[in-house]
Amino acid sequence: MTRAALLVLADGRFPAGGHAHSGGAEAAVRAGRITGAADLEDFCRGRLHTTGLVAAALAAAAALGVDPVALDEAADARTPSPALRGTARKLGRQLLRAARAAWPDAGLDALARTFPRGAHQPVVLGVTARAAGLDPRDAAYCAAYESVSGPATAVVRLLSLDPFDATGVLARTADEVDLVADRAVRAARAALTGGVDALPAASAPLLEIGAEVHTALPTRLFAS
Amino acid sequence: MDRVTGPAATAPRAVPPVAHQAPTAPAAASSGVHATARLVARRDGRGGTSLPVLESDGPLALRRTRGDGDEARVVLVGAMSGPLGGDRFAVRANVEEGARLRLTSAAATIALPGQAGGDAHYDVRVRVGDGARLRWLPEPLISARGSDLRVTTRVDVAPTATLVLREEQVLGRVGEEPGRLAGRLVLRVGARLVLDQEVACGPGAPGGWDGPAVLAGHRALGQLLVVRPSFAERPPAARLLGETACMVPLAGPAVLVTALAPDGLRLRRVLDSALAELG
Repeated sequence: MTRAALLVLADGRFPAGGHAHSGGAEAAVRAGRITGAADLEDFCRGRLHTTGLVAAALAAAAALGVDPVALDEAADARTPSPALRGTARKLGRQLLRAARAAWPDAGLDALARTFPRGAHQPVVLGVTARAAGLDPRDAAYCAAYESVSGPATAVVRLLSLDPFDATGVLARTADEVDLVADRAVRAARAALTGGVDALPAASAPLLEIGAEVHTALPTRLFAS
Repeated sequence: MDRVTGPAATAPRAVPPVAHQAPTAPAAASSGVHATARLVARRDGRGGTSLPVLESDGPLALRRTRGDGDEARVVLVGAMSGPLGGDRFAVRANVEEGARLRLTSAAATIALPGQAGGDAHYDVRVRVGDGARLRWLPEPLISARGSDLRVTTRVDVAPTATLVLREEQVLGRVGEEPGRLAGRLVLRVGARLVLDQEVACGPGAPGGWDGPAVLAGHRALGQLLVVRPSFAERPPAARLLGETACMVPLAGPAVLVTALAPDGLRLRRVLDSALAELG
């Protein structure tokens, strides 16, 4: 298999529906908690080390072959907000559709049969990485990077932030993405023998609360 | 308020430490205090609840108080300050089939730095059996400057049991920088994992902990977790309790209230109103 599959999967233009979501940034902008590049950077760091780490570990574990049903239950338990659970399953369903077209695979077919309403997106991401011949570290990188690139791209639209500033945020958080991917892969290996309790459960209270605030809004730019 | 100002970070312990070495303690553990308090609540056969096991240990003192109807009541009294760096505290509670227990604490728990150095651990494990009810409502945990504490609460609840559990974390005493605090709360109902949530904050925590995605300058954080068999059929709908608090149904017969507030008093107000509705 080819390393370039990683670029295909991580590309923001990969048709998996991610562009419609801000990763909680829209709620934070509306609440006045993000007003510029500095806040965005702080937001991205916080998201990366919490839900980003959890998503990366779930994706790496799925890529390693940990049971997707156990991982999906672990993802539910790590996502108290029903709005965020709904978003994760919707994004999982959309990713699975694109992944099955790109990398036809029995594991992806089985996942679609087991979760007709969609599995959590990081679980689908991990199984997709495996189908594309990528390794658990690649899956962890995709999830960790997505946890910061989603909000950074969204805030460019929400605040008319200079895209150069947003890209600067991504560049400055890159070494922390490395750290998170490393931690995620170590935890995923531990989960292979010790079960899903070995996965991190880091949470961000304002992302949870903000998701519930956001879902109650009559009009919004991003779905989440 | 006494419980907010608390003892000074350098104050000697009110009671000389008595080391109770837990058999499972790693050999490399520091010289802090090791203490495990144990509690078993059992139906007494006369419509009430007895406490056949009520073991205090060092700084963790359990006192039975007057019950209410079929419910036994226990107060956890901190017999000395802490946990301090290097300490290993644990509480084990088993509420057996059909028993009713309410646990509170006499004052806030204040995590302080210790001479022994290193981090402190506070490990709580609770079982709630068939048809039993536990209300676990301790006072807040305050993370004082320079402290480093890991709190883990694991609760296993039978599908026919009821649980009301409150946790509050206050970052620093009045006007004080917080210490480092990591708290993990894990709930299983029957065999199902329903909640696994960790919050890490304070100096040395991963980046962004005080930023717009996580705490955004709020200094009090709380959870109210309610498990009730009827929630399996009719879970309460998700709703907001102000701008920085919400009540959500979990993926199981449980509801979680998550609240942030500028301080412990305002946090308690939000959790109390949710408790009055759910408890």
